[in-house]
Amino acid sequence: MKKILLGLAAAGLGTMLAFSGAYAAEEAHNAAEPTHFPIKKPAELDWTFAGPFGHYDKQQLQRGLKIYKEVCSACHSMNLVPFRSLEELGYTEAQVKAFAAEYEVPDAPNADGEIVNRKAIPADHFPSPYPNAQAAAAANGGAVPPDFSLIAKARAVERGFPLFLADIFTQYQEGGPDYIHALLTGFGETPPEGMQIPEGTHYNPYFIAAKSLAMAQPLQDGQVTYDDGSPQTLAQYSQDISAFLMWAAEPHLEERKKTGFRVMIFLVLFAGLVYVAKRRIWADVEH
Amino acid sequence: MSGGHSSYTPNTGIEKWIDARLPLPRLMYDSFVAYPVPRNLNYAYAFGGILALMLVSQILTGVVLAMHYAADTGLAFTSVEKIMRDVNSGWLLRYLHSNGASMFFLAVYVHIFRGLYYGSYKAPRELLWILGVIILLLMMATAFMGYVLPWGQMSFWGATVITGFFTAFPIIGDPIQQLLLGGFAVDNPTLNRFFSLHYLLPFMIAGVVVLHVWALHVTGQTNPTGIEVKSKTDTVAFTPYATVKDAFGLVLFFILFAYFVFYLPNYMGHPDNYIQADSLKTPAHIVPEWYFLPFYAMLRAITFNIGPINSKLGGVLIMFGSIAILFIVPWLDTSKVRSAVYRPWYKLFFWVFVANAIMLGWLGSRPAEGLYTLFSQVGTAYYFGFFVVLMPLLGLIETPRRLPNSITEAVLAKNKSGGQPAGIAAAPETKG
Repeated sequence: MKKILLGLAAAGLGTMLAFSGAYAAEEAHNAAEPTHFPIKKPAELDWTFAGPFGHYDKQQLQRGLKIYKEVCSACHSMNLVPFRSLEELGYTEAQVKAFAAEYEVPDAPNADGEIVNRKAIPADHFPSPYPNAQAAAAANGGAVPPDFSLIAKARAVERGFPLFLADIFTQYQEGGPDYIHALLTGFGETPPEGMQIPEGTHYNPYFIAAKSLAMAQPLQDGQVTYDDGSPQTLAQYSQDISAFLMWAAEPHLEERKKTGFRVMIFLVLFAGLVYVAKRRIWADVEH
Repeated sequence: MSGGHSSYTPNTGIEKWIDARLPLPRLMYDSFVAYPVPRNLNYAYAFGGILALMLVSQILTGVVLAMHYAADTGLAFTSVEKIMRDVNSGWLLRYLHSNGASMFFLAVYVHIFRGLYYGSYKAPRELLWILGVIILLLMMATAFMGYVLPWGQMSFWGATVITGFFTAFPIIGDPIQQLLLGGFAVDNPTLNRFFSLHYLLPFMIAGVVVLHVWALHVTGQTNPTGIEVKSKTDTVAFTPYATVKDAFGLVLFFILFAYFVFYLPNYMGHPDNYIQADSLKTPAHIVPEWYFLPFYAMLRAITFNIGPINSKLGGVLIMFGSIAILFIVPWLDTSKVRSAVYRPWYKLFFWVFVANAIMLGWLGSRPAEGLYTLFSQVGTAYYFGFFVVLMPLLGLIETPRRLPNSITEAVLAKNKSGGQPAGIAAAPETKG
């Protein structure tokens, strides 16, 4: 078995090495008219929720929520997230109730069969800024702003060899937040000479699907006022909203990692016991 | 080997009462306690047990997931997210199930490679091997349809691409595709029938597993030497010896499984599958799950027409052929020696085959262009060449190393060889 594993590892590594050259060749592209996106890979940031003991920073999530509410939610829905889950950000039940009441959602038909709006309650989800996808597209030059509920898990830049192997050991799962942060801070760079930017789009070398996107730079320094004294800079905003979106996409992350630690401890101890039992049972049999 | 008489003796009254009416305890005792297994099995032989447990795990998590899942194009995506967010431990069930599929395939590939290495498919175990290939096929169908159920972008477009393969066949192709889809494109009927079949097939797998284990218990297990069991000293009782060894391998495997579930739950998945299916937006690269990538690479390697067969049909035939060829492996291998341990050339080409399979997997994840296509073609040629040319040829021209007389002799020789001169090891009772 040891031989088989060693053989497997050697075989895998050999082929991977042989092909990393081909991979690099593929990555090389014309600076003015690139064919592979994103043009630049996102930087890896330090996130509190990374690694085996990762946890969300509630203060940061609250700041992120403020950014979502004041900036992003003008165009981006977050359909899958109910107000009640905001208690996980450290708010009290009353605070969540008050927060929800700031939104209006369509009520069930009344006795006359009319649908009127009512104040949202904690059981409601964040309402969409547009009544339907067509309205969203019409208001945004044909591009529907994506829903934000899962965006932090639905975007990740391909890691490539050998990083994707190293990720198994470093437990890198933060491609989504890294990407969002890179995108938000990546506006304002000047495109390389000779590059044609389509009308109504904005160059961003970190955009995953093309050289430019329909959204203009959404966040600027000083745009959102923080109550906790954190720096009101684009870099800080971008980190906070990315962390918040990671929470929105994976609300049970902390519970998952905590459970995982207990499971791992159990399994390792159990493996030890079974191994001792195995040694004992096989002690008098040559094999 | 096990066809002989039973060593089960009912002791208590109730055991005797049951044994006279339905000897199920006797069957269990003879199959999983007294059943003799070769004493020299290594941990590569633990994967059969691991696979049985993975099947159980997938069925258990799957049954609970099905209680919360809605097979409707308008509801499927949100119902899965509801499981992830609102169902008690739903995130755990769902990650266990999705990562469990990957672990299932990891284990089955090791299991198959082990069979190829030690020649487990050779007579008299041909049917055992063929049943295993049938299980692999059923697993592939189950996994493919399961991947469609969350109704993400990769679900939808993967289903579109894979069902599209069938249109490559002349005349019968289009009707087959329409039967699979329940219409002309992937839509609600497709999702419904895939859900139904995804629930059905695992139980068919379980049925074939019973036959697989039955066939195994008739012929007995192979072992790293490839020599058949000759005497009682060659074997040990399944319980406690194999049970505890398999249990240790199983716990180690579960550590790996848990590591992915709790720390890297989305590592094996594709980010696009967290975007709801949209029939108007095609993803930049449509890639299947990692366990299908080698076959996907072979499909795309055929970029040329061969006579009346166009490149599309050629690719599909190659892809189906890459599994179909496994059915005749027992008759392709002409070697008189079973295990690669005693076959230096086969051993070398076997490891090249493994490396080639990994390379094809990586190529399957790359876009089909330039050098990648060329490498895929080379890899495909080796994949088939290994079975069609090397297997028959090596058996005829290779000079195998000297085989020990028995399993016991091999075991004792191995344990004595550290320090003491070899060759004095044979156990006296196995001579002659």
